[in-house]
Amino acid sequence: MAADTAFASEENGVLKVRTCAWSPPGDHPVGCGLILHVQDGKLVKVEGDPDHPITHGRLCPRCIALDEVVYHEDRLQHPLVRDRADRGKNKWREVTWDEAYDLIEAKVREIWDKYGAESIFTLTGTGRESTLYAPVYGPAVLNTCNGASTYAFSGQACYGPRATIANYLLGAGVPEIDWAQYYEDRYDHPGWECPKYLIIWGKDPLYSSPDGFFGHSIIDLMKRGSKIITIDPRLTWLSSRAEFHLQLRPGTDAAVGMGLLRVIITEDLYDHDFVEKWCFGFDELAEAVKEWTPEKVQEVSWVDAQTLVGAARAFATNAPSSGIWGVALDQSKASTQAGQCFLAIMAICGYLDVPGGIAITKPTSFIGKWRYEMSDTISPEMAAKHIVDPTGKYALFNVGAAMGGVQGDTLLNWLEGMYKDYDCYYDLKMCWMIGTNPLACMADQPQRWYEAMKPLEFIVVQDIFMTPTIMALADVVLPLSTFAEHDGLVTPNFGRNQHFIGAMNKAFDNPNTKSDLEILIDMGKRLRPELWDRFESVDQFFDEQLRKNYDFGLDDVRAVPAKMAGYEYRKYEKGLLRPDGEPGFDTMTGMVELNSIVLASYGEGAVPYYEEPEFSHISKPELAEEYPLYYTTGGRNISMFHSEHRQVPSMRAMHPWPLVTINPVVAERYGIAEGDWVRVTSPQGHMTQKAHLTEEVNDKFVHVEHAWWFPEQDGEAPNLYGVWKANANNLIPHESVGVTGYGAPYKNGICKIERVDSLDD
Amino acid sequence: MQYGMLIDYGLCTGCRSCEVSCRKEHDLPLEEWGILVEQIGPKRLGGEWEWDYVPVPSRLCDLCSERRQEGKKPMCELHCLANVIEVLPMDELAKRASELGHGKVSCFIP
Ligand code: SF4
Ligand code: SF4
Ligand code: SF4
Repeated sequence: MAADTAFASEENGVLKVRTCAWSPPGDHPVGCGLILHVQDGKLVKVEGDPDHPITHGRLCPRCIALDEVVYHEDRLQHPLVRDRADRGKNKWREVTWDEAYDLIEAKVREIWDKYGAESIFTLTGTGRESTLYAPVYGPAVLNTCNGASTYAFSGQACYGPRATIANYLLGAGVPEIDWAQYYEDRYDHPGWECPKYLIIWGKDPLYSSPDGFFGHSIIDLMKRGSKIITIDPRLTWLSSRAEFHLQLRPGTDAAVGMGLLRVIITEDLYDHDFVEKWCFGFDELAEAVKEWTPEKVQEVSWVDAQTLVGAARAFATNAPSSGIWGVALDQSKASTQAGQCFLAIMAICGYLDVPGGIAITKPTSFIGKWRYEMSDTISPEMAAKHIVDPTGKYALFNVGAAMGGVQGDTLLNWLEGMYKDYDCYYDLKMCWMIGTNPLACMADQPQRWYEAMKPLEFIVVQDIFMTPTIMALADVVLPLSTFAEHDGLVTPNFGRNQHFIGAMNKAFDNPNTKSDLEILIDMGKRLRPELWDRFESVDQFFDEQLRKNYDFGLDDVRAVPAKMAGYEYRKYEKGLLRPDGEPGFDTMTGMVELNSIVLASYGEGAVPYYEEPEFSHISKPELAEEYPLYYTTGGRNISMFHSEHRQVPSMRAMHPWPLVTINPVVAERYGIAEGDWVRVTSPQGHMTQKAHLTEEVNDKFVHVEHAWWFPEQDGEAPNLYGVWKANANNLIPHESVGVTGYGAPYKNGICKIERVDSLDD
Repeated sequence: MQYGMLIDYGLCTGCRSCEVSCRKEHDLPLEEWGILVEQIGPKRLGGEWEWDYVPVPSRLCDLCSERRQEGKKPMCELHCLANVIEVLPMDELAKRASELGHGKVSCFIP
């Protein structure tokens, strides 16, 4: 944090600190370049860094308004404790960090002795920096088998499904568009080509900048000639600029995918050379998609047959082209089949690992390797107590997943006592939540999770603001520092396709707050000193991790706006994907597995198939008469990250209320006007949001926003900042998940709507 | 020399980084703006979707003269996610607009 270092300089009493943004406040590891202006220890201005090779100064409103987060009057500034009997009440006592740590340590030791460490579990959330460190808390600090990446989330319906399927089918990290992201000279890089077509499937990246993808790069590519194909129930802004918009019924992605594959295969538009040399199981795939004629796809998915055919032809015959798959593919029961289709399309068109195609890399070992080492610190006896579905479901999730952890539906069932009669059962006693606000954001049937968590003896949560989850459940709260107040590293795509490493440089102090990593190391030293005593500082930690994996250290990363990774094309020809150095892909067959023996061995289909969503007009026609509309959820607005930013004035002003988006024709049918409160009811529950009338949705479905709560409302139970009122997850069924344990219908279901008088109706 | 603002609004995504940047740079209250983004559409015109965001600078926009004197881009131009704002000398505006060459370009002299 010293003045005049490689990343900071002082000018007229203003310290300008160059940094790469991550979190908190919420965001994915995009690592955009910021210059933070600091005067007298205070952040006075945020400016985009014109020298950052990815962003060149561009920033989202959220980063521009960082000062409003840092200095918000509701920011947590001290560790807080509360009597267990006072959960739900605003009866907090400020304590010092040492007192909070003492309390946690004593309680953990007591629970270890009385119930065993397996009775402790951790929960984490999406996207934030904590995703790197949270998985370590369970095994390496709390000594429990029920840590890793565990989410209060049905079907772990974000990223995990895509990461796992890419792992098995490609033997690689998560595929991305080749947007010249690996090169310092970007779009001018010799050999790079601009993708001719981009399939944007179940994703609205402009406003979400997901996983490490700087969303507005799509605009860069469009300026350079890329044409757009969107696959989305909603008319997104990108769809309005698209050459083809495949407006599908929510949840029917696999049908559309098989339809696209069928056109490409039957019209002989695929890359024979690549398929022959590098794909396994093409014939089985061709057989599986044979019945998916454009007419049948239209009947099932509502996608216009001509549009489907046109999109398939344009995509397959314009090399190189590329695509990006979104969380919508994870958020249906058929996530595996949809993912298989996406990867198969990219593979048979010959677009994998070529300039302007789909970029794939090996998952980087950086941080990952350390995480695995640290996870390997529990005894085999402890590991054997890991919570899995005792009836034998979800073998893939439990044995072969890319992300580990306890399957979310299994966890809720366990907490609710469903498995009490099994020999393997034991009571859970303690939870530590790291970077998650599940009651507002991800928990399916959130009130069930609330009731199920209440009996726990001890709950610790860390965050930057008071949240409904903290108010409802926490006994100890640890205040986190923002990314401007601590050191760290940004690893885009969580290391699963990392185009650079960026230094997150502390620009000013907030002495009463700590980062997720600092808390991890502090508590590690207290609870498992044998693992942690060697870590002296965060800097030393990062430097060591870097040097283990690269020929550079922390200072080298700090010396530049971003340390670019570089990229080698056609790695499969050069033996650069497999650990044995042989050509091919790092899969069982050494090829891209269009027909997956691994999936079959876990009881899943080896090739894609179509399964109707559990709640639809086809699978439940009688119920659908009562619930005549479809809903989808979770479209992003740029001023908010999941459940965050609701209390940040200029961000809330951009989007003051949760909106249910309704086609004007439908609204008229129900007597609903713009701005009316509307109750949306599914067979599972209801919630209320404000009507927004627009043709972004057609007359068959509505869109509701996710993760809303109201920091301005009464925080105490039962209101809990109004967290149940507009909560999209009230609508979501519990455990309607895929065979693998992955994928849940957060974005597709049936509903009815009615006008009501207020948010409270 | 007089300057103006050129916006390639056909690619403006409505992210509103310009609005927030300007408020911060010029210390404006939330109710005021140096630039405001209006939404038009989506509606079908002649069978095609029309959906535009049109940022309009207000009388409070001074085209960031102070920043430009220091050789820096205006704040909205620097932060614009779609990179569609350019503050240019008057006599270059028309030339640049025709270079962009695809319609939906606006020009403001606030
Ligand atoms: S994507 Fe947007 S919010 Fe995220 S770091 Fe970049 S500028 Fe900030
Ligand atoms: S040029 Fe400067 S003053 Fe004008 S709108 Fe942009 S940021 Fe505001
Ligand atoms: S910052 Fe740029 S893209 Fe965003 S709303 Fe303003 S002009 Fe449009």
